[in-house]
Amino acid sequence: MIAVLALALGVAAGIFFEPTVPLGLLPYLPIAVVAALDAVFGGVRAKLDGIFDDKQFVVSFVSNVLVAALIVYLGDQLGVGSQLSTGVVVVLGVRIFGNVAAIRRHLFRA
Amino acid sequence: MKKPANLVIAVLLAVLGFALVVQVRAGKSDAELSAARPEDLVRILSDLDAQQDRLRDEINDLEETRRQLDSGAEGRDAALAEARKRADELGILAGTRPAEGPGLSIDLIAGSETIRPGIILDAVEELRGAGAEAMQINGAGNAAVRIVASTYFIDGTGSQQDRLVVDGLALAAPYTIMVIGGPDTMRTALNIPGGVVDSVRQHGGTVSVHQADTVRVTALHTAGALKYVKPA
Repeated sequence: MIAVLALALGVAAGIFFEPTVPLGLLPYLPIAVVAALDAVFGGVRAKLDGIFDDKQFVVSFVSNVLVAALIVYLGDQLGVGSQLSTGVVVVLGVRIFGNVAAIRRHLFRA
Repeated sequence: MKKPANLVIAVLLAVLGFALVVQVRAGKSDAELSAARPEDLVRILSDLDAQQDRLRDEINDLEETRRQLDSGAEGRDAALAEARKRADELGILAGTRPAEGPGLSIDLIAGSETIRPGIILDAVEELRGAGAEAMQINGAGNAAVRIVASTYFIDGTGSQQDRLVVDGLALAAPYTIMVIGGPDTMRTALNIPGGVVDSVRQHGGTVSVHQADTVRVTALHTAGALKYVKPA
């Protein structure tokens, strides 16, 4: 419950302040967001499985974001930034789909 | 017991929501461009380059125009100040503007005989020769006439027998000539043997010359409209 409220609060803050993304963060933000979404869906799935752990969620969230950003940074340095970003998005997308499928099975028994 | 962890989770999710919205908004403006083909992007880029060049040229043109206008305005101001100064000087010479400056005030006090117009005219000519720049003659009772190139001095007629008519205005004795110019030169010119001071004394009158740092010549001459003459 508190998590949903916090999410709504963040969205509201983003709409209200209308910040512009700093140029240095521009390549990392989308990947970081996708990685964080992956962590969140994983957390929801764990919750429904009854094995949710605070510490694990926090660590996975932060490490997901950092690793995603690191991969993009590395790709930029190697000159394959866009390809590597695509790869990261694909992998995270697959994981999100898997998690969503598990959540769906829990909620709808199907 | 789960309070701190919940708080951390809440903060992380708030940051996620924030970043999500920011990213969505940032991506929205570029959506059109990111969907465009490379050829289109090249075309758009060259269009923008051309537009930038055009706008830069326009900036240069406008700045040039502004410079010209600025210097034009300065030139106009300078010309105006110069013209105003010249108009003031010419107005003083023509007697249409009041003037002040160092000079003399010369009291002519008649003795047994009245002071003849010729003596006044002599005095005026002598002062002009000595570099007088502006003059006026005062009679009794604040009557004053500016002395300019066309000023004439004649005897009064009829009831104004013993008066001096200057430019049509009858002045009563005693007369005072206010004159702006080099005081020492003019004083010397008045005092030469056989000059103005001498001739007034010969007719029994007295001349007293006072030097002042600020002599005010405030009587004005009304210049009539020119009928025949034109600038050549």
